[in-house]
Amino acid sequence: MNPAERTAEQPKPASAGGPARTTPSEPPRVLVDLASHSYAPEGGAPLFTLEATSFEVRSRELVAILGRNGSGKSTLLRLLAGTLAPLSGRVKLEGLEVSRLDLRTRAQRIALVQQETPLLFPVRVWEFVMQGRYPYSRGLRFETEEDAAVARQALLEAGADPLRGRWMHKLSGGEKQRVILARALAQQPLLLLLDEPTLHLDIAAQVDLLRRLRRIATDRGYAVVVVTHELNLAAEFADRIILLDRGKTLRVGRPTEVYQQELLQQVFGTLLYVEYTARGTPKVTFSGADTE
Amino acid sequence: MRTLTARRILIVCAALVGVLLLVVLLALKFGTRSISLYDLAVLLFHAATGRSDQISSDFRLIILDIRWPRILLAMIVGASLSVAGASFQALLRNPLADPYVLGVSSGAALGSILSLIWAEQLPGATPFGAFIGAIAATTAVYFLGQRGGELDSYTLLLGGIITASFLSALIMFLMTTISGRELRGMAFWLMGDLSAPTPVAPAWLFLVLVLAVGAIYTTSADLNLLLGGEQEAMHLGVHVVRVKLVVFLGASLLTGLAVSVSGAIGYVGLMVPHLIRLLFGSDYRLLIPATALGGAIAVVVADTLARTLVSPTQLPVGAMTALVGAPVFIYLLRRSKT
Repeated sequence: MNPAERTAEQPKPASAGGPARTTPSEPPRVLVDLASHSYAPEGGAPLFTLEATSFEVRSRELVAILGRNGSGKSTLLRLLAGTLAPLSGRVKLEGLEVSRLDLRTRAQRIALVQQETPLLFPVRVWEFVMQGRYPYSRGLRFETEEDAAVARQALLEAGADPLRGRWMHKLSGGEKQRVILARALAQQPLLLLLDEPTLHLDIAAQVDLLRRLRRIATDRGYAVVVVTHELNLAAEFADRIILLDRGKTLRVGRPTEVYQQELLQQVFGTLLYVEYTARGTPKVTFSGADTE
Repeated sequence: MRTLTARRILIVCAALVGVLLLVVLLALKFGTRSISLYDLAVLLFHAATGRSDQISSDFRLIILDIRWPRILLAMIVGASLSVAGASFQALLRNPLADPYVLGVSSGAALGSILSLIWAEQLPGATPFGAFIGAIAATTAVYFLGQRGGELDSYTLLLGGIITASFLSALIMFLMTTISGRELRGMAFWLMGDLSAPTPVAPAWLFLVLVLAVGAIYTTSADLNLLLGGEQEAMHLGVHVVRVKLVVFLGASLLTGLAVSVSGAIGYVGLMVPHLIRLLFGSDYRLLIPATALGGAIAVVVADTLARTLVSPTQLPVGAMTALVGAPVFIYLLRRSKT
């Protein structure tokens, strides 16, 4: 990508392109310091408690949140997005508490790619991606030339540019996922959050999506956090892993630090093996044998 | 890539104003006694230049005193109901929402009738009663339509239809038991009719229309995002609660306004926004003004047909809109299931 096309609001990447991974000198972008968080329906007993945890996510970093269903992955993501306020503790983005940010300001800094919600009326891909510019506009919010340029760039980076004239409801799952990503990129966030983006995608589309996220994190300097069930993709593409188990943060670290056979077996409750590829990336395989 | 601009909105609206003028002209011309276009042009010229003394007295009676006020009312009612429909569709995230189908019109009708019984002397009591009735019905339907803490599209429609039927029964009960009082005809409240004189001056109605549509219009960019879900909209920076409150009050006000002067005319709020979407897309920044004009056109056409089809007898305009609207509703319902 061309760094000159970025708007003034975006911090310039230290080096565009190249395999620049996190440098220790860079300040953390998101600091999570949670004492605990309980999720309870109004007035009811807490259904779910996320226990104390503390970690940080840096610029240019791709972090994967792993864990079984109901382990607190989505709650953690919503805390990061600021839509949930922690009962105690803080989630800060560049020094500001995310749940206290004004909605527009927050939408300029944090973009969340959720599992797809059905659209009520037909919308073109282009209009949909333009919605990402909403937090930057005022009044009736007619999009400017600059908005169009940003949206175009977002479409290109998400690999969705050829789709821009199509109807949203006529896209395949993989195509739709790319368009939803493009809308999030049009928000030009500092922090990009994705809730199980690989769900319903075929292998090629999954790898393509993760590769794009990796590139976006590096080139744009975004901090990218992905909730996923794909252990091997996470090991391949993520800089760091946050491993959750029943509301507890068991481990935060590089894939090699987190992917330990016994730990993963305990967390996921199934027989699995951790091996290493020639490049030193952990790889999880499963046994087909009936162990019962 | 086409992006919506203020220019495109103006062009579309100008075209619709043109159609509206044409339709109004035809509505003035046709009736039990048809008037030639030449006579109509002369009459309008005299009326516009303030020389109404040169108009023959029976023309003045037919055109200026009978047809024109009714057309004016049709335009105001049509615009109100259509914008209310488009608003309810976004607010409730249901493409089949319409003030009549949801029972909001029945709530407004009941509110009007109660205000006529209790506070007939107070000026503006009927529209106010209708507004309160509309708010109460919308609130009731909103909660009836919930399933597992979320709005469910079919539960909502069913809740609306049940509410409408219950409120209609109450209306019939009140109308039959309170004998000796002239509360307009039953057809007026249940089917909608534009032939009765209005309790409020059209200028006031127009003012309320402009204010309510204006308030809803300020949220039109937010409504576009709200269609994709409340959570999504919030993540993109929309103040969801504020927007929903403005739209809820605005749409209830518009429904109350329309019902207090014309009874419960059905399906206008369903058909017009859908037709406008088909023609010009679903961006609310264009949809709201285009729907207001489209609604005015639709109800003027419907009322002119109601006046002329079986002339000299007149049909209630609600019968005309239901004849077209109910099949459209079924079509949209079947399509939304697939």
